[in-house]
This record gives sequence, C-alpha cells and structure tokens, in this order.
Amino acid sequence: MGEFDFSVWGPSLPFIRDGLLFTLRLTLVAMSGGIVIGTLLALARLSPIVPLARLAGAYVDLMRSIPLVLVILWFFLVIPYITGSPVGAETSAIITFTAFEAAFYCEIMRSGIQSVPRGQLNAAHALGLGRAQSMIHVILPQALRNMLPVLLTQTIVLFQDTSLVYAIGAKDMLKAADVVGKNYNRPVEMIVLSALIYFAICFSLSLAVKQLQKRVAIIR
Amino acid sequence: MIEIRNVSKWYGHTQVLANASTHVAKGEVVVVCGPSGSGKSTLIKCVNGLEAFTQGTITVDGISVGDPKTDLPKLRARVGMVFQHFELFPHMNVLQNLALAQVKVLGRSQEEAATRGEALLDRVGLRAHAAKFPGQLSGGQQQRVAIARALAMDPICMLFDEPTSALDPEMIGEVLDVMVELAQEGMTMMCVTHEMGFARRVARRVVFMDHGEIVEDAPTGAFFDAPASARAKAFLSRILHH
Repeated sequence: MGEFDFSVWGPSLPFIRDGLLFTLRLTLVAMSGGIVIGTLLALARLSPIVPLARLAGAYVDLMRSIPLVLVILWFFLVIPYITGSPVGAETSAIITFTAFEAAFYCEIMRSGIQSVPRGQLNAAHALGLGRAQSMIHVILPQALRNMLPVLLTQTIVLFQDTSLVYAIGAKDMLKAADVVGKNYNRPVEMIVLSALIYFAICFSLSLAVKQLQKRVAIIR
Repeated sequence: MIEIRNVSKWYGHTQVLANASTHVAKGEVVVVCGPSGSGKSTLIKCVNGLEAFTQGTITVDGISVGDPKTDLPKLRARVGMVFQHFELFPHMNVLQNLALAQVKVLGRSQEEAATRGEALLDRVGLRAHAAKFPGQLSGGQQQRVAIARALAMDPICMLFDEPTSALDPEMIGEVLDVMVELAQEGMTMMCVTHEMGFARRVARRVVFMDHGEIVEDAPTGAFFDAPASARAKAFLSRILHH
C-alpha cells in the first residue's frame, strides 16, 4: 500500500477536461434527442391507432428491460456487422444513449400528457384547434412544465450513466481518468478525482432542479 | 341554427341520451335544465362534436355534426363553448388565451388577435387583467375570460355547459350579467344551467331533461307557470325552494 499522491491531478486536467466535454456533449445530445423522440413515442403510445401504440409500447418495454451496458455493447458490435463499416465508439454511444433514454423520457412524457385534465383538450377542440394543434399549443407545454423536475432528474441519472461507455472504449471523463491513472500508476487518485467531479456536477444540478421546480410551477 | 333530431347515445349498455329532439333558432336563447345525470351536459357536448352520439342527427347552420365527412375543427371554430370549469389554458396569460385560436385557426395576425382580444376583455370588464395568468384570477373573472375567448372567434352561436356551477355564489352574478347582455344582443345561445332567474329573464324556451330524455320543451313562461310533467314539477319545486 503506497501513500496517496494527488499531484497527478494537475497534469491530468487537460485530459479530464476533454473527457468531461464528451460526457457533457453525450448527455446533452441524448437528453434533447431523447426528449424529442420520447415525446413522439409517448404520442404514439397514446394514439388511438392500435398497431402504432403497440409498436411504441414494445420498444419502450424492450429498452427498459435490458441493462444499458448491454444495449451499448450490442449496438457497437452489431451495427458494423450489419452496415459493413464500423461506427466510432463516440458516435455509437450518442446514438445508443438517445435511443435508450427516449424510452425513459417517453414514460415521463406519457404521464405528463395524462396529467393534463381532459377538459383542456375539450376546450382546445371547442375553439377549433385540430388534434396536432391542441397537442402542440395546449397539452404538451403543460405536460412539459408538469414533468420538468422529473425530466431533469432523469437527465442527472443519464449524466451518471454515460460512464458506462467505458465498455466500448469511448473517451469520456471516466475513460480519461482511467488512462491517466494507468500512465502515472495512480489509478485510485484518478478514480477519486472523477468521483468528486461527478458528485459536484450532479449535486449542483439537483439543487438547481429544486430551485427551478419552485419557479416554473404553473399558477393554479 | 341548431337542430337536434332523435339523438340517442349509449355508453355500453347504459343509455345516456334517449331519442332527444329540440332546436335553437337564430337569435334564440334556450335553457336546458334537469337533475344531474339527466344527460344535459352530454347533449350540449354532442352539438359541437366533443361527444359522439350513436343515433340521430344534429345540424349546426345546416352542417351535420355526426357526418364523418364534416370538418369538425372548422365547424367548432364557429361555435363558441363555455365550460363549467372554465378551462382557460393555465400556461398562457389572459390575452394569449384569447389570441391562440384566432391566430392558429382563423389565421389572424397577432396584432389583430390582440386588438380583438382587448376589445372583448373591455366588454367583460377585465381589460386591466390582460397580462395576468388564469390562476391569478377569481372564478368569476376566469369564466368571463372564457366567454371572451369564445366570442373572440366571432361565433354564430354559443354553448354554455353549466357556466356558473363551479362558482362561489357571490361570483355568479357577474357571469350571468355578461350572458344576459349577450342574449339581449341577439346571440343564439344554448345554455345548460340551473339558474332559473336567468332562464326567466332571457330564455325563449326551456328544455327539461331527465334520464337522457327530453321530458319538456316549452316556452319559458309556460314551463315555469304550468309544467306539464310531474318530473318537471318535482324538479322545479326542489330547485326553486331551497
């Protein structure tokens, strides 16, 4: 058991920064793509067209029943097999996370849409707004506001889960810490550093969500 | 203007409307009353197609509501509706509530919609509240905004579904005042309401419903002075002497 030597943190910072930038990019892309696709999935699940609702339901159930790390690996390994050309680990990670998170955002948006009282839809229809217009201008803005805290909490979970891309060797923050740790033979110090960074970011995001929750609540 | 012919509706085996027929002529005010569960709210929601019906026909300005070929949104845009629970859009301020359908459905510009909205807010006495959100208004104020929102579409007729039932007693008057004024200006109105004072003042006819049937459809004076059916008599004595 050697002693801890935290001097490795200094020279590691440029690598950590690059890794963190990828982690953040992955989180943001997967969040925005996931919310958009998730909302479409939610609309499909609530659609009166039964095959469409079933298909979306099956997709969501499938994604929610497989460990994320398996989806990451599977996508990374299978896509080159199908398309004949390899996808980079980073691109593969972004696509996988968006597709996976969409299933979770879908369920959040579905309960958000259902949380809007039926009378609101009647009122929108009574004014002559069509189905799509009613959704876009009346139901979804309310659903989004009602669900904002849950959506952001899911995003914090997503931010932590991005560390799973180590499985396919994408260069996220954890991977950067791992590489530096190995090169300097200080793996424990580097793991402590990345844990601290994850904690600092997630904890401040949680506090921010709490603040936001107070501000965006619809006045009823 | 509104023709309802032999309309029936079932929820599974439960019949909620039984062969209902009535009409509202242009410029006429008709009040629909009856005990709760009598089907009056369902009937009025059938008029603009918010509820489907199983049999019969309803036409509004000659357009068949039940016809699958009818462009329902287009028809609804011409029929104003006011709900028991106001149903203002809580994420928009008062003026935005009034402007939304004018812009998205009628294709008016934001400025036109705002001008028309402000004029109507003036009319219901709420011009000063244009920038407020529905949650910041009292129930009576919200219902007046809801009436203004419906009027902003320049409707050919107005449907009121128990517009004062969710209000505290001291706020009922301000909403009824707006409705009376509207009636006196010649608006075609079909009102589900228990406000018999309002009915006496402005209604040409009263339709009394019970168990999904239209039991009576009589001129207002005749209905109050000499209701023909025992059910209407019992209903009136309950509602007038409490």
